[in-house]
Amino acid sequence: MTSSAIALSVISTIVLLASTIGFYAGTRHKMSLEQWTVGGRGFGTLLMWLLMAGEVYTTFSFLGASGWAYSRGGPALYILAYLSLGNVVAFFIVPTIWELGRAHGLQTQPDFFLMRYRSKYLAAFVAAVGVAFMIPYLQIQLTGLGIIMQVASFGGMGRTHAMIIAVALVAGFVFVSGIRAVAWVSIPKDILMVLAAVSIGIWVPHHYFGGIAPMFAVLARVKPAHLVMPGATENLGHSWYISAVLLSALGGSMWPHNFGAVFTAKSADTLRRNAVVLPLYTLTLAFIFFTGFAAFLVVPGLRDGDLSLLTVVSKTFPVWMLGLIGGAGALTAMVPAAIMILTASTLFAKNLVRPIFAPEMSDDQVARLARIMVVVLSVISLYFAVYSSSTLVSLLLVGYAGVTQFFPGVVLGLFWKRVTMGGIFAGMIVGVGCTAFLVLTKRDPFNGLNAGFIALCTNFAVAVLVSALAPAKPANLRET
Amino acid sequence: MKKPSFWVICLALIPFFAMCFSVSLWDRIYPMILGVPFNIFWLLSWIVLTSLCMWRVYRLETSRISKNSAATARARSNDL
Repeated sequence: MTSSAIALSVISTIVLLASTIGFYAGTRHKMSLEQWTVGGRGFGTLLMWLLMAGEVYTTFSFLGASGWAYSRGGPALYILAYLSLGNVVAFFIVPTIWELGRAHGLQTQPDFFLMRYRSKYLAAFVAAVGVAFMIPYLQIQLTGLGIIMQVASFGGMGRTHAMIIAVALVAGFVFVSGIRAVAWVSIPKDILMVLAAVSIGIWVPHHYFGGIAPMFAVLARVKPAHLVMPGATENLGHSWYISAVLLSALGGSMWPHNFGAVFTAKSADTLRRNAVVLPLYTLTLAFIFFTGFAAFLVVPGLRDGDLSLLTVVSKTFPVWMLGLIGGAGALTAMVPAAIMILTASTLFAKNLVRPIFAPEMSDDQVARLARIMVVVLSVISLYFAVYSSSTLVSLLLVGYAGVTQFFPGVVLGLFWKRVTMGGIFAGMIVGVGCTAFLVLTKRDPFNGLNAGFIALCTNFAVAVLVSALAPAKPANLRET
Repeated sequence: MKKPSFWVICLALIPFFAMCFSVSLWDRIYPMILGVPFNIFWLLSWIVLTSLCMWRVYRLETSRISKNSAATARARSNDL
């Protein structure tokens, strides 16, 4: 067998086994809209932990984090900070959202906005913005998957072919089993990803330098500037770090798919415990960073930093191990892609089409439309992934900048009685407009600050100002 | 909505100061600890300490919540 064939067979075995689990996950349940989107609100601590870890640690953590450590150095550390701090924020808002979700039967993020602000147009706007900003995130997963499969199979399988096969599998198990598929496929994905990350992060520095400490000693002697901010960049200094960490930590729970996953939990306590434990999972990312820094010394001069981890791995490990890592990487892309496709489809059918265009639709019809959208959105994101090119981190930051604009609406909605629909709507339009302007005209970072962070501050100010100017009227969250 | 107490907020802000706002104090290579540059070592330790802070917050919050719900249950039964 050629090395390409060996690696490919290992990868396909892993991917097919995991997908089979996904297909079977929902067969014991009748797939109503409630089962399909929020798993009947019955996920305990372990399944919840797997789902959350499965969502947050994406192919971006695999390729993007090592890519930034490789190509930019110090600024990459913002990833370690925001993933931990995101859980601190989640601890305070997520259990409350869950309680409201159970009381009012909420399934999606726009459902929350509809319940709190009583405007189907605001809810539809939230749904549209959510879907629009999830597409770059989805594109990250698919692009990453294509890269992984291509390198891990020694070019035996082209990027496009790999993406098509993976998308077909993902669309298939989401279509059949909904959110249960995502949670169950997370099990092999999380186990393999931790194993792969730790073994790469320990073995690569050991193989070339005799350990992690000697590797850093060499790096600190050869290129000390690479280890601190702004690293290899000009404008990613300390003020950028603070704004990027704040933006991403606040935005973490605002992703429509993370927000929706909250409703799958069995109890609010499950979510609190999750937020306490989940930061520890970030430790595994350290190994990915070690690999990125090692690659900086071992395989310098790559044009695309996102390829650094795989390049150094393929140079170091035997073929079967490359297949194993490729398989882990593929699942790491497929799990988040699955939940994003599921969420975006539900948002589209339930919060955009039904309230605005077809109010007479029944829940079953919504569920059917959502499942059709799974196929449609898969094809759209596949198109974007094949025909556009951007590095993974920059795509991620655009997405975060966009979805974080929901933050004022959620937090003020939870903790400030006087906030009004007009205030939130105006703030969100300003925030999204500001993000789009700064990012599209390439002004990010702006004056050393992350563009999304500036947009968030403006958004917050507008929301508070417009709400405070509105005539006071008693509004009680607990009623109706 | 019930707002979290003052001390709980303070406790939760500690990780933000340690990992975010204070970046210019710890973003350096030396002293290397356990062979890892100081900034990376600092962040890794604070990942663990964040979990510890949040564990304390969890204990405080859950005891407050159970006290609260007991109180509202009593108030309700008095109304009846």
